[in-house]
Amino acid sequence: MRETHASQEASFTEFGGWEMPVEFDSISTEHAAVRESAGLFDVSHMGEIEVSGPDAAALINRLTTNDVTELDPGDTQYACITDADGTILDDTVVFRLPDDADPRYLFVPNAGHDAEMYTRWVDHRDEWGLDATVQNTTEEWAMLALQGPDAPNLAADVTDGATRDVGHFEAAFLDVAGVRSLASRTGYTGEDGFEFLCPWDAAETVWSAFDCQPCGLGARDTLRLEMGFLLSGQDFDPTDEPRTPYEAGVGWTVDLDTTFVGRDALERAEREGVDERFRGVQLLERGVPRHGYEVVDADGDHLGHLTSGTMSPTLGEPIGLGYLAADAAPPGTRVRVVVRGEPKQAKVVSPPFIDK
Amino acid sequence: MSFDIPSDRRYLESHEWTTTDETVRIGITDFAQDELGDVVFVELPDAGSEVTAEEEFGVVESIKAVSDLLSPVSGTVTAVNEDLFDAPELLNQDPYGDGWMLEVDPSDESEFDDLLTAEEYRDNIE
Repeated sequence: MRETHASQEASFTEFGGWEMPVEFDSISTEHAAVRESAGLFDVSHMGEIEVSGPDAAALINRLTTNDVTELDPGDTQYACITDADGTILDDTVVFRLPDDADPRYLFVPNAGHDAEMYTRWVDHRDEWGLDATVQNTTEEWAMLALQGPDAPNLAADVTDGATRDVGHFEAAFLDVAGVRSLASRTGYTGEDGFEFLCPWDAAETVWSAFDCQPCGLGARDTLRLEMGFLLSGQDFDPTDEPRTPYEAGVGWTVDLDTTFVGRDALERAEREGVDERFRGVQLLERGVPRHGYEVVDADGDHLGHLTSGTMSPTLGEPIGLGYLAADAAPPGTRVRVVVRGEPKQAKVVSPPFIDK
Repeated sequence: MSFDIPSDRRYLESHEWTTTDETVRIGITDFAQDELGDVVFVELPDAGSEVTAEEEFGVVESIKAVSDLLSPVSGTVTAVNEDLFDAPELLNQDPYGDGWMLEVDPSDESEFDDLLTAEEYRDNIE
């Protein structure tokens, strides 16, 4: 795929051990295409772990915060993977694969986390004596994301209309330009669209089937930032930014009625409440909020820090995400973001930043 | 990809240019704006302040990157392109024209001799 992207004048970056296209045209052009028509992303750096066998559901339920037994064939579910302290190690989408009598699952860890998650699943399976087969199929699957208001029509055009039967947060096996793929009506942009898992060696066929704006990781980041979606390794990270799902604003992925690693810690955390919470900030002065910038109050006292930020291409306004004191800085609070030593006026908001 | 590098000015390795005319203007190169991508913010000194050769005088930010700006020459800032504050995209559209940053009254014109010619700068980026 690298040659295909290079022929479309992509520039590349290293991300999670993968060399990925960061920008084809310009981030603002690609961003606008996804908000207004459609864009196509190569997100093959995302991992794929497949879990099957009689205890497949039990194994996943013990290692993710949500309840996979709720899934019918073809359903997808967002979940966190936590350690015993309730700290998020990664976030993931779990698929219950369609068309299978025996429950079979696939989950998608973030770039560079697949080997760690494979080992985590195998070790816990063995420790608990569960009967499940775990396979790391990251290098067998390419993943292409078609996102934007025109995505449903573009997808229908190359699947003989088959994607029209796939509802939001559902997935189906179907032919994309003749390539058997798992088409999932999910994404990371806030727009309608699909993520296609297809065999690695057929990725170019699927990529070339769509006549729309190619997009890189740069636009993927600005799109997810406008929605307030978490970026693994940046908005949470077990070493540099250890956070529970409650702090990170994804407490809705935690089902305390299931038994999983981290459950008891999270039950306590839920009862006790959080000191800091994931919020949005919008700068009211010129500047660009960035990862690591401090947030203070009018007296200069510490309120928290940012984990992500950019100039929102849709709004033309500087926006950031980060962890702020839950009590002292609820949405609506006037705060200051310290940009190169200078406090700049900002207000706390509850993402998404755009109407979706 | 071929970048525009006008031969009527001098360059720093860090991708700033300066004219050497009566009015000395400084800015960033076509290569720099392309590397940065969409420029969204520029921070520049006020008129009347001093800049020093090869030292930081401001900051330019694109969606994906923050970059310090180094001055090609020493001197006193006589004018600032305030259009850039409301329209930082001028740096992408016209880096050698409407995207100019500062006008400077140079304190030591011999400093121009230390700067790269257009040819030398081209060798640096290719």
